[in-house]
Amino acid sequence: MKNISFKIDGRNCTAEKGQNLIEAAKQNGIFIPTLCHFKHLNPLGSCRVCTVKQNGKTLAGCTINVDEGIDIEVNTPELLDTRKAILEMMFVEGNHFCPSCEKSGDCEMQNLGYETGIRYTRFPHLFVDRIVDARPERIVVNQNRCIKCKRCIEEIFTNDGYRVFNFTNRGNKTVVSVDYEQEAKLSEKQAEHAMHICPTGSILVKGKTFSKPFGDRQFDNSNSDKNISLHDIKKHKSTNKKKKRIATTSLAGCFGCHMSLLDIDLGILDIIELVEFNKSPLTDIKKFTKRCDIGLIEGGCCNTDNIEVLREFRKNCDILVSVGECAIWGGLPALRNTISLEDCLKEAYLNSITSEEGETVIPHHEDIPKILNKVYSNHEVVKIDYHIPGCPPNANHIWNVVKNILFDEEYSISYPDFKYD
Amino acid sequence: MDRTFLLSTLWKYQKAKGFISENDILKIVKKLKISSIEVESVVSFYHFFHKKPTGKHTIYLNNSIISEIKGFNNVKIAFEKETGCSFNEYGNEEFSLFETSCIGLSDQEPAALINFHPFTDLTPKKVKLIIQKIRNGENVKDFSSKTKSKIQNTPSDDKTVIFRPYKIGNSIKAIHTNTPQQIIDKIDKSGLLGLGGAFFGVGYKWQSCKNNEDDAKYIICNADEGEPGTFKDRAILQHLPGLVIEGMILAAYATGAKEGIIYLRAEYQFFKDDLDTLIQEFYSKNLLGDNILGKKDFTFNLKIQLGAGSYVCGAASALIESLEGRRGEPPVRMWSATKHGYKRKPTVVNNVETLAYASRIIELGEDYFLTLGTKKSPGTKLISISGDVAKPGIYEIEYGTTIRDLLSIEMSQATSPYFVQVSGPSGECISPAEFDRRICMEDILCGGSFMVFNRTRDILQILRNFMEFFKEESCGVCTPCRAGNFILNEKVKKMQRGLASQEDVNEIKKWGNIIKLASRCGLGKSSPNSLIYSIDKFKEYYNLKIAPSNEFQNVEFDMEDAIHEFDCVIKDTQL
Ligand SMILES: Cc1cc2nc3c(=O)[nH]c(=O)nc-3n(C[C@H](O)[C@H](O)[C@H](O)COP(=O)(O)O)c2cc1C
Ligand code: SF4
Ligand code: SF4
Ligand code: SF4
Ligand code: FES
Repeated sequence: MKNISFKIDGRNCTAEKGQNLIEAAKQNGIFIPTLCHFKHLNPLGSCRVCTVKQNGKTLAGCTINVDEGIDIEVNTPELLDTRKAILEMMFVEGNHFCPSCEKSGDCEMQNLGYETGIRYTRFPHLFVDRIVDARPERIVVNQNRCIKCKRCIEEIFTNDGYRVFNFTNRGNKTVVSVDYEQEAKLSEKQAEHAMHICPTGSILVKGKTFSKPFGDRQFDNSNSDKNISLHDIKKHKSTNKKKKRIATTSLAGCFGCHMSLLDIDLGILDIIELVEFNKSPLTDIKKFTKRCDIGLIEGGCCNTDNIEVLREFRKNCDILVSVGECAIWGGLPALRNTISLEDCLKEAYLNSITSEEGETVIPHHEDIPKILNKVYSNHEVVKIDYHIPGCPPNANHIWNVVKNILFDEEYSISYPDFKYD
Repeated sequence: MDRTFLLSTLWKYQKAKGFISENDILKIVKKLKISSIEVESVVSFYHFFHKKPTGKHTIYLNNSIISEIKGFNNVKIAFEKETGCSFNEYGNEEFSLFETSCIGLSDQEPAALINFHPFTDLTPKKVKLIIQKIRNGENVKDFSSKTKSKIQNTPSDDKTVIFRPYKIGNSIKAIHTNTPQQIIDKIDKSGLLGLGGAFFGVGYKWQSCKNNEDDAKYIICNADEGEPGTFKDRAILQHLPGLVIEGMILAAYATGAKEGIIYLRAEYQFFKDDLDTLIQEFYSKNLLGDNILGKKDFTFNLKIQLGAGSYVCGAASALIESLEGRRGEPPVRMWSATKHGYKRKPTVVNNVETLAYASRIIELGEDYFLTLGTKKSPGTKLISISGDVAKPGIYEIEYGTTIRDLLSIEMSQATSPYFVQVSGPSGECISPAEFDRRICMEDILCGGSFMVFNRTRDILQILRNFMEFFKEESCGVCTPCRAGNFILNEKVKKMQRGLASQEDVNEIKKWGNIIKLASRCGLGKSSPNSLIYSIDKFKEYYNLKIAPSNEFQNVEFDMEDAIHEFDCVIKDTQL
């Protein structure tokens, strides 16, 4: 094969003529994110996270074969943002509850979320009710997580050459469906192959998903310095005169994020010398007594009280930070968002197995908050200035952000500190 | 595996029983040796195929924006009332009601297809009568509407190209005096551009098909006319179908193709028999078949393939997928159709109107054609005008005509036009400030759809209708179009509810551009166009739609709306 030269972002590269751009870029040390791209398959060109420009024209990188003199752009601000946006679209189109997902840590899509630094999605979550199909013999297909990349469709065949997966419907109703008859013919090994090639947690093999524990998985890079160095805090103690004020609250959350706040162990004693906590469960101050520099919000809004508290925070804090997945987009409480409120309430209070007919009511009283039609993310209710992902977020991550906001200190979040689970 | 018969077979089952059963699918599966899910994936892609039984009478009511402004809602309610069925829910043994995208009758809206026979200019009263007649056992076909569109305008002084007298075989005679190359040269010289929306040079396309040597080649006529508001292809196929067939014959002669297919959208099947009859006449006159007009070795056979309800199948590459019995997903393009097209053979796909013009150009001479129109777009063009005009219908205009002329008292007689949508939802919206723009290559091209809206129409309602259309018609294969159009539609809804800020308006533009940039095919690449354009062109309107900012620095949360459901549940369960 002939060697050719071409350009990526102005850099000279060489590769074999006709080689796939993704591979060619890799050989030249340039990473182009991909999801549907799969070694020997014809380019699927479905996910579009590999969007690049060839001589000014946008194309899916995985569909390009390199040729002499072509000029490729990969890491321009526009393209970086476009690729990130496409990933965000995938997150909002499905229902990705990473903390409860079997694939978490092994998920290519989640990994790209970390790589591209998605803290929150610019798009509203769509919360479409999607099915989990457990009817197949060996596998379970969880439509909440499928990104319609087509890998399974093009790769998984029975020994006698029949397709097992295919798209059905079209438009936004497109789903991957299973041919039950063919699926039953798959061997355990073939089924596991399907699970492994799926870039998300959509295809699972019954009884096989936890073979590797969380924390030890492909994308779970270990975290070497788990605690904040005390030195780091002390440094600010000497330079900082006036104490800054912080307020915190937990709305529709589980207090896990607050636990994570406390995860800085002894560091909390040093922090107390730098900052002063106003309204917060940590101080048990119920009402704002002074204006605060920063408000940390855990949890989203599921009832009218959450809304009031959040609005009060907006009025009393200069900077508001959504801490954790629930605050950012609803998180686990938003599991109910694909179901109507009426069904939820009836299931919980009237039709549950322990409730006797006619004996139970849905709690309501003028003194108790009303339940909202869905769980809202905080930035749907008030302006939020920053988002810290994670369920719960890593203590280092929270500390780094707070430090940045209060002391203007530059910071970066290392890969292991960036998590959705 | 040859699956080209799949669409027709599915139609056979669909028509026989009103749906495609598991058993039908198994029969196909056996024959093709593929898994059932593959057939199901095709069945579920097309709007007119059903996996659940439909009633004896299926009613497809057009939900395009033109239908909407002409009374869609009342007609819909009337259908539900008279039949006792709800839309999109399969109904009962007697009736099934479905909404459907534009059915190409925009000059006669609201319109519906009942058992695929057209019923136009519907009113609640008319609906009542129709359902009564059906209940009385009358044959639907016998009292269906006449649909031939009015030709409202042709250019003066012998400048008319299409709508002039037609004599069968007139243009094909040219094969006696011209070599294939000469035919292509003439088309090339005339500067004819494809009229299906992409405006690609026709001469160039034919030439490259000719150059690609192969044992088989195909000419495909794209009669899928799916862009809402367009009905010019239907007008040609109803008024002068011979021109289109002759265009195909000339293309075959020029390129060396021996087979042709007219891909006719399912919505137009009510005149398929007329087309078949005409094709037979061509055969009997030796204008089709072997040794056409005595020319040795010039063989060309023609047939019609029915589509099954999918806008994206109008895109040439998806159309070929559809013909080959697959879902209409535009493939990742590695080759052009003129190299590896239908059955991987060199293929020309041309629009109905394009082929009609090609045959007129050969008949009248390219020099004559070049005297008309503008420098870059010679000749005339057919425009289908609908909406708030006194005279909806077909307009043959010389290129260079202004939008103002089209709206004028001499032409369509628009009443206080305010928002003009040129080239359909995937095209561009035009504000009154731009009415002097000219329809031509030098200024703004028009694929054929020209929808006029007056001052009383709400712009967001129009745009919402467009977004719903794209959301429904996206093939679903790529993320930006499948998810992006859904998301944009949510944004429009939010604006309609009065919960949008200036930031939302800016985001529509940004997000729209991401969809345009990253989508795989022309559908996604053009779907946000109108939304994006409208923001700059109708600034005053958007300014009125933006909610004033509040102390929470966010206007989108609506407390009343958020607790409404809870209040209702409590009220209901307390009884
Ligand atoms: C989403 C989409 C829909 C299209 N629909 C049609 C159509 O209904 N009819 C048509 O002739 N061309 C349609 N086209 C354009 C075709 O892809 C193709 O350009 C055309 O059929 C070529 O013929 P022409 O060069 O004669 O215009 C569509 C394109 C796209 C991307
Ligand atoms: S781990 Fe992956 S598939 Fe699972 S919820 Fe998270 S993003 Fe989705
Ligand atoms: S199930 Fe997995 S492999 Fe198949 S399309 Fe969905 S995300 Fe891709
Ligand atoms: S842009 Fe839309 S219609 Fe085109 S391939 Fe993508 S999903 Fe399909
Ligand atoms: S990796 Fe290229 S489109 Fe998915």
